[in-house]
Amino acid sequence: MTWETVIGLETHVELATKTKIFCSCTTQFGGAPNTHCCPVCTGMPGALPVLNQQVVELAVKAGLALNCAITRSSRFDRKNYFYPDLPKAYQISQLYAPIARDGAVDIGEGKTIRIHEMHMEEDAGKLVHDPWLDQTRADYNRCGVPLIEIVTEPDFRSAEEVISYLEKLKETLQYLGVSDCKMQEGSLRCDVNLSVRPMGSQELGTRTEMKNLNSFKAISRAIQYEARRQIELIEEGKRVVQETRRWDENKDATYAMRSKENAQDYRYFPEPDIPPLELSEEYLERLRAQQPELAQAKRARYQADWGLPAYDTEMITSQKALADFFEAVVALGAAPKQAANWIMGEVLGALSAHGLEARDMALTPPTLARLIQLVMEGRLNRNTAVKVFEAVFETDGDVDEYVKAHGLEQVSDAGLVTQVVEQVLSANAKSVADYRAGKEKAFGFLVGQVMRALKGQASPAVVNRVLREKLQEHIEDPAIENSP
Amino acid sequence: MKITEELVDYVSELSRLKLPEGEKAAMAAELEQIVDYMDVLNGLDTADVEPLSHVFPVKNVLRADEVQPSCDRDALLSGAPASDGEAFLVPRAVE
Repeated sequence: MTWETVIGLETHVELATKTKIFCSCTTQFGGAPNTHCCPVCTGMPGALPVLNQQVVELAVKAGLALNCAITRSSRFDRKNYFYPDLPKAYQISQLYAPIARDGAVDIGEGKTIRIHEMHMEEDAGKLVHDPWLDQTRADYNRCGVPLIEIVTEPDFRSAEEVISYLEKLKETLQYLGVSDCKMQEGSLRCDVNLSVRPMGSQELGTRTEMKNLNSFKAISRAIQYEARRQIELIEEGKRVVQETRRWDENKDATYAMRSKENAQDYRYFPEPDIPPLELSEEYLERLRAQQPELAQAKRARYQADWGLPAYDTEMITSQKALADFFEAVVALGAAPKQAANWIMGEVLGALSAHGLEARDMALTPPTLARLIQLVMEGRLNRNTAVKVFEAVFETDGDVDEYVKAHGLEQVSDAGLVTQVVEQVLSANAKSVADYRAGKEKAFGFLVGQVMRALKGQASPAVVNRVLREKLQEHIEDPAIENSP
Repeated sequence: MKITEELVDYVSELSRLKLPEGEKAAMAAELEQIVDYMDVLNGLDTADVEPLSHVFPVKNVLRADEVQPSCDRDALLSGAPASDGEAFLVPRAVE
């Protein structure tokens, strides 16, 4: 029998705010344990949480970009559970009136993933279990960090579709400035709900949930493993048990979490500490007007306005900071294709060599624009320019100063080049004869000789032109032919 | 609504409370009284009443996204039954 895998995702995304969702403690990653904490986020009796307005704004922006209907009258609810990662013994979340509903994400190839709902909530603290002392250490720095949870309909049919969706989601949220989406820091993590059914069936099978997957690789492998596990169970005549399973990266397998944890009964009720949120049409209109151009629109514009190939536009928009950098370099006068080549080649190469993301690099647009300008004006040759680039990349050094200090400006002085060309031609009569006999290879050799004599600092365009001219003269002048 | 001892067990498990055997019957009776009061409310005709989540006519209480200094850690930990000077210590909790 052929089986179909059916997947729905719940994605938690950490919002890029300065402070926590209900208190003014910093959201900065790391920090010594419990140093980013106050009575609100450690759940002290009598503390009053107050909602961060930036959380609402970022959540609405995300909802708009995911084509959701924004809930004009939104509320918070209490999700009760007793576990030491949340010191209040409840999480403030949204169940009955989440901030956004009914969205859709186009993941390409004609496939759309429907968004069921999106809500705001607080993150939990970090627990470290010590099996030797039989104790758990609780660090509440992350407790109260704002999250949005985006819940899809069960619209995925493969791991590939899930990854396409996550890439699109990550790109969109980064462009919006809603989240940095750093998976290694837990800014984006996924719960995967998965079931299988005979191909063609309309009924959903019994699903399992895999929690807190935090890399694309883990998500993809966990999906493949879990789908196979469920199919094998059914083919053996057994049944799938609805349960939460954990993905073990080291063993490449999922395993059931204690079944006791599955007795989940959160006794939700309206959160009395947070008054309702009423969003005006003017407020939504203002945020709609502020929505930045997203990657897909940028790609279309680069192709239409600047004639860049699709491949180039994909590379450049892969990081928002890179696209911003590219546009700034072009705005400073660089030809778009030149700027694109430098960014795809040298900039991405240097970023990867230094293990950096575009937003973290020191290099500024004026520096690259100047370098491109010097090449275009024939004052630096491309190879020398690459060396200059490498020298200035890390500290955003001064291009002109570096070129001057190292005597790198190329020789565009046609007089000097002509002099050298003539010397080279007299010294290489055989190559001249070869060229005359139609061997184009000989031309390359002669260019190389001229370049060598000029220590690589000549403008290739000038060398080529002068050399062609001189060779033409030599052909017309039989006297040369007889010279030694 | 009848509150059985099984339901008392379930609710105490959810809230991580251990009730002595002897108190369960009394607890069931007390919970039943509280829940029964809901029947009084359920007797009212609320067909034309909007659901209410908050009693006070207050909305949109928001604050600016500006960092304020966090608390002194020693002070935060001082009320904890156990700590190691950096973290709150609790009996080992494993999922």
